[in-house]
Amino acid sequence: MLDETRVVITGIGLTAPNGNNLMEFRQNLLAGRSGVEKIETHYMGEVLAGVCHFDPLKYQKKKELRRGTRAGSISIYSAREAITDAKLDFQSLDKSRIGVYLGITEHGNVETENEIYEFKKYNYDIKCWSHHHNPRSIANNPAGEVTLNMGITGPHYTLGAACAAGNIGIVQGLQMLLLGDVDLALAGGVSETIHGFGVFAAFHNERALATHDDPHKACRPFDADRNGVVVSEGGCVFVLERLTDAFNRGADIYGEIVGYAINSDAMDFVLPFAQRQAECMKLALDKAGISAGDIDILSTHATGTPQGDIEECKAIKEVFGADTKVHINNTKSLIGHAMGAVGVLELAGNLPSFNDRIVHPTINIDHLEPGCFFENLVINEPKKVPRVDYILNNSFGMLGINSVVIAKRFEE
Amino acid sequence: MTREEIQSTILDVIAGIVPDEDLSNLKGDVRIRDQIELDSMDFLDIIMELRKRYGVEVPEEDYMELSTLDGSVVYLEPLMKDS
Repeated sequence: MLDETRVVITGIGLTAPNGNNLMEFRQNLLAGRSGVEKIETHYMGEVLAGVCHFDPLKYQKKKELRRGTRAGSISIYSAREAITDAKLDFQSLDKSRIGVYLGITEHGNVETENEIYEFKKYNYDIKCWSHHHNPRSIANNPAGEVTLNMGITGPHYTLGAACAAGNIGIVQGLQMLLLGDVDLALAGGVSETIHGFGVFAAFHNERALATHDDPHKACRPFDADRNGVVVSEGGCVFVLERLTDAFNRGADIYGEIVGYAINSDAMDFVLPFAQRQAECMKLALDKAGISAGDIDILSTHATGTPQGDIEECKAIKEVFGADTKVHINNTKSLIGHAMGAVGVLELAGNLPSFNDRIVHPTINIDHLEPGCFFENLVINEPKKVPRVDYILNNSFGMLGINSVVIAKRFEE
Repeated sequence: MTREEIQSTILDVIAGIVPDEDLSNLKGDVRIRDQIELDSMDFLDIIMELRKRYGVEVPEEDYMELSTLDGSVVYLEPLMKDS
């Protein structure tokens, strides 16, 4: 039934460490091609990171690049690619009815760290502190740069939600469409984190930064030899529309958002908590009006830390049962942890499965962690499956924030 | 620095701040902001670059002296001749 309470995905724009559009990204996920490489960072020297290689000048002038931030560029690229992908005649749209909602793990750290790095060269002379610091570091910067670049006059803001933020950007867009506040939502998540040193250093000092001689093998969720997170940059923006609008304009539909949930552990600053993750998955299933047995692909959050992966597996077993037949994968093994972007990138990477019924693999599992065994954990090679009607996407973050989004193959 | 070197330096600074602009036909006696897209934040970037690169401090009351290329050279010559 067509009604105003259904929201669908009609366009996807993205940049990931292994692809700058959905087709390229999907091909590399299926082929098991990692996008992790070595980079130099201030104070720490060489670290492993997922780096995006899109052309920022495709949609921005050089001056915009100089003025703005990397997160802004990633957001602009992803948003414009999404509009193009949705086959929308952007010029004809009412720009006051478009909202931009982007999830972020953090924003402004990179700008502040790098300004201090420059400032030090001038002996901390306060007159050498950039007048661009405030517009670059404010929390709404990534979404705001999208509106400046595209002439969008509807609402824009970011949603700070640690590594659960990508899903939450989608949820916010969906809710604003259902409230009737906007007619089109550019919703997703972004991260520029790799351009500072602080996140690397903090993970390193809590013994949670991945190391490996081969960058492609560094991110190893569910593997017994995993040793931490690979930090990445990236962005992914969905065009979300109410089904009636999408249907009336004859849009191609990637999938329908049918369930979601957000909750809080209320337990610890950094440690995950399986019980609340399980509750979050159950809430999302309830909202979708389905049971765990209806899910065909479970896209995991697991980041490759010893405890995080185990906790999520406990939560999955609680909801789906230890003998579940659900197909499970992990996209971070291929792209690293793109922070605020990663939840929505993980969902985007799985959406083509509605059509091709292939589940992309989790790579780098050489010795499976015993607590992470699932019959249909898709390991190292893609797997053809008989049907894909529902995808459940987990994203969890620090301070105990959990988010789950469920997408459904589109049917009228 | 000679006057020519100072002019070249100013053009180099402006080129870095407005990299999309063609500066080859910039007239020396016409306001720079009337010839290229250069807003107040860009102008502050010029002041900042002169400070960072050459240690030149331009007080706010003198900003108008830098409105044209020729005026900038005249104003900066005594400050940059020893650079």
